[in-house]
Amino acid sequence: MNPLDWLKRLGVTRTILAAFLLVLWIVSAVATELDLVLLFSDCLVRTGMNGILVLALVPAVRGGVGLNFGIPLGMVCGLLATVIFMNFDARGGLGLFGSIALGAALGAGAGWLYARLLEAVRGQEMMVGIYVGFGSVAGASILWLFFPVSNPELIWPLGGEGLRNTLVLDGYFKQWLDLKLAIPLGGTAFVPVGLLAFWLGLCGLVYLFFRTRVGMALSAAGANPRFAEASGIDVRSMRSLGVIISTAMGAVGIVVFSQSYGFVQLYKAPLLMAFPTVAALLIGGASVRVAKVSHVIIGTFLFQSVLTTSLPLVNALVGQAEGAQALTNLPEIARLIISNGIILYALTRKESA
Amino acid sequence: MESPTLVLSGIHKSYYGNPVLRGVDLTVRPGEIHALVGENGAGKSTLMNILFGMPVIHETGGFEGTVELGGRAVRLNSPSDAMVEGIGMVHQEFMLLPGFTVAENVKLGREPTRANLFSRVLGPVGKGLRSLDRRKMQDDSRNALDRIGMSLDEMQPIAGMPVGHMQFVEIAREVDKENARLIVFDEPTAVLAESEAAELLATMKSLAAQGIALLFISHRLDEVMEIADGVTVLRDGEVVATLDMQEASVEQIAELMIGRPLPERELPARGAGETQQVALEVRGLEVDMPGEEVRGVDLDVYKGEILGIAGLAGQGKLGIANGLLGLHPVRGAVKLEGAPFVLGETLAALRQGVAFVSEDRRQVGLLLDESIELNIAGTAVHVLGRFLGKSGGPLAMINRAEVRRHAENMIQEFDIRCQGPTQPVRRLSGGNQQKVCLARAFTLDPSLLFVSEPTRGVDVGAKDRVLQQLVRVNREAGTTIVLTSSELAELRQVCDRIAVVFEGRIQGILAPDAPDVEFGLLFAGERSGVSS
Repeated sequence: MNPLDWLKRLGVTRTILAAFLLVLWIVSAVATELDLVLLFSDCLVRTGMNGILVLALVPAVRGGVGLNFGIPLGMVCGLLATVIFMNFDARGGLGLFGSIALGAALGAGAGWLYARLLEAVRGQEMMVGIYVGFGSVAGASILWLFFPVSNPELIWPLGGEGLRNTLVLDGYFKQWLDLKLAIPLGGTAFVPVGLLAFWLGLCGLVYLFFRTRVGMALSAAGANPRFAEASGIDVRSMRSLGVIISTAMGAVGIVVFSQSYGFVQLYKAPLLMAFPTVAALLIGGASVRVAKVSHVIIGTFLFQSVLTTSLPLVNALVGQAEGAQALTNLPEIARLIISNGIILYALTRKESA
Repeated sequence: MESPTLVLSGIHKSYYGNPVLRGVDLTVRPGEIHALVGENGAGKSTLMNILFGMPVIHETGGFEGTVELGGRAVRLNSPSDAMVEGIGMVHQEFMLLPGFTVAENVKLGREPTRANLFSRVLGPVGKGLRSLDRRKMQDDSRNALDRIGMSLDEMQPIAGMPVGHMQFVEIAREVDKENARLIVFDEPTAVLAESEAAELLATMKSLAAQGIALLFISHRLDEVMEIADGVTVLRDGEVVATLDMQEASVEQIAELMIGRPLPERELPARGAGETQQVALEVRGLEVDMPGEEVRGVDLDVYKGEILGIAGLAGQGKLGIANGLLGLHPVRGAVKLEGAPFVLGETLAALRQGVAFVSEDRRQVGLLLDESIELNIAGTAVHVLGRFLGKSGGPLAMINRAEVRRHAENMIQEFDIRCQGPTQPVRRLSGGNQQKVCLARAFTLDPSLLFVSEPTRGVDVGAKDRVLQQLVRVNREAGTTIVLTSSELAELRQVCDRIAVVFEGRIQGILAPDAPDVEFGLLFAGERSGVSS
């Protein structure tokens, strides 16, 4: 096999990002005094934190509606569930898993409506999904403003009613999963075993789901609707099922994201979160039509690690130099270039990137 | 004597090494209506593409032979060359803009214009800004419509017009071209009602009387007999005959169209189980399959037989199987083994033991990027719950080992040439893909199997093997097979009876060894055959 075939097999985007990450790590080790163990620990946390959101995209791609840019709809459902449980002062595991369960249920309901909308706009799901994502975040913002909360830790202090911009999870379930079974690596560094296990467990469930009768029917409906029809598969309901699972998992994903972050971010926070999520999946090797669980695992780790590493690295390299302030924006710029560039690249090709 | 309007001589054309035309000669004189007939795939469209200088011809390496117009050799490298030379075409599917008026459509692209302020100021750059001369557009269109004897209002928009009228607008557009000397009519009556068709034929005659040469492509031999002065019969890319109408008969043309040596028929004998029991009774079947509408089919399929369904493209032969399996809107009364059969429900049909191998292998028949084993087993998993673990229910896991074993058996049984059961079917050749489709259908254990176009896009060697497999399963498992195909020869090779479909109905049913002329007549909708 010639080198070009090898590159194709590894995946162009995957190879580039992996090489880039390697360079970042090498530079960090050689040219700076960054704590590499801590850096690695951060990479793992960020991966587990975002992983479920990325995984949530898979059922929608497999069902044939493309990349689910409407995933903020699911996030809003998860945030709503979290707010409800916090308002009733549910703390620890109860608060976390209660929020996950209620969020998934709300997400499934919202996903059902979203799926009906997508059926009406067949062929333009991704574009409509972007609007649904934006619209649901804006709609939720109005809800947050008037949400009848009684817990003073949640109330917007200046207005006296409605929710704050950012809710602090300290004392509720901050890092509940991250610290479960965590292996300390010295200092503040640790391996978030609970978080990673929860994420990889969900990955395993999704993987197994696509090996069941329904999962196969869903894949067939997405891969070739006309084949599916000729095999007696109800294509519409299978496609809808993919959207429902995706939205419900989006809700679960944001709850897990929030517990790891330690804050619940309301209002405009989820507005643009679909894009890095989609980018991570695409970096893993997925395309508009093909997405596997392995793409989720590889893509989330690569993308989040590059982002996690680049910020402290740039700070360490140029921190003392003149004009440093302008350069500290660099990682954010890199994030925008990578995520939007990858999305553009993926949309121009039909096969696996 | 005046020189002929069109002389094609020695036209050879092949696509990717496949000869499509082999030395075609064709002559059309001024004022003559010359018919061009032949089966699908005989080369009519390719010949027309050459005549119009279509890009597809030049992109595939051009053609050999010469084209003469009015006694002068010409090179037609693009459709606009053909237009300059005065060749026009009335299309089967109308090329009209629905929101524009009749006059605007007639003059489209050739609008008479007048200078205005802007175009004068801008000089040559302003050419495109000249005003339309609406008065002249209307007058010209009126003239053209009068010439073909139509009272149609030239200011009426196309949208909402009956199809018959649209056809006349197309003709008016060709007639309006000042240098029009040859007009091609490509199956112009296919979409028309009978009275409209009669009107059209009369118009064609009057055009010919004005000295324009007409090339008339049609499957309806009675129309050919009625108005043509001469006829050229194409078969497999060759001219088999050019006849003067005075000496031709419908039977003769039909036989020339079909006539091929009868394929050898060496079939294994059947077991004792052969009966005249009806497996499937179809009454008044109507299917809205675009391009293959079925308009009232009555048909009995006998248990254990191989029934062929033949017919030209677009006549509805493909609609029958697609409709019965519920893949397109369908109406009618159908009984399976004497019990009522619910139409329009694919899953129910499959569960009752009716399986289908689609004519559209790549779009409908396969999941191209999935493995061979999944393609073979997938439908049975969904329909019958085969290959599932013990737990049952919708979330039962698929038993991969059992799927693998079954796929390996099928690969051997159907002689699927592959690297193994996990190879994606996209990488297989057409013939092997077809075998995967068959294996998938037989995994459903059908009592009645519809197979459409099983040898389309399949190389010659694999063709025979696919047909042999069908015969084998028919003889060994007693599976009743309904085989739909555009290739009459292969139907005659394996079928017990052959039904010919014309305009969405069964025109007749023949024995496979019936003479060519009878098949030809049924194909052309000439005569109802007798059931054998």
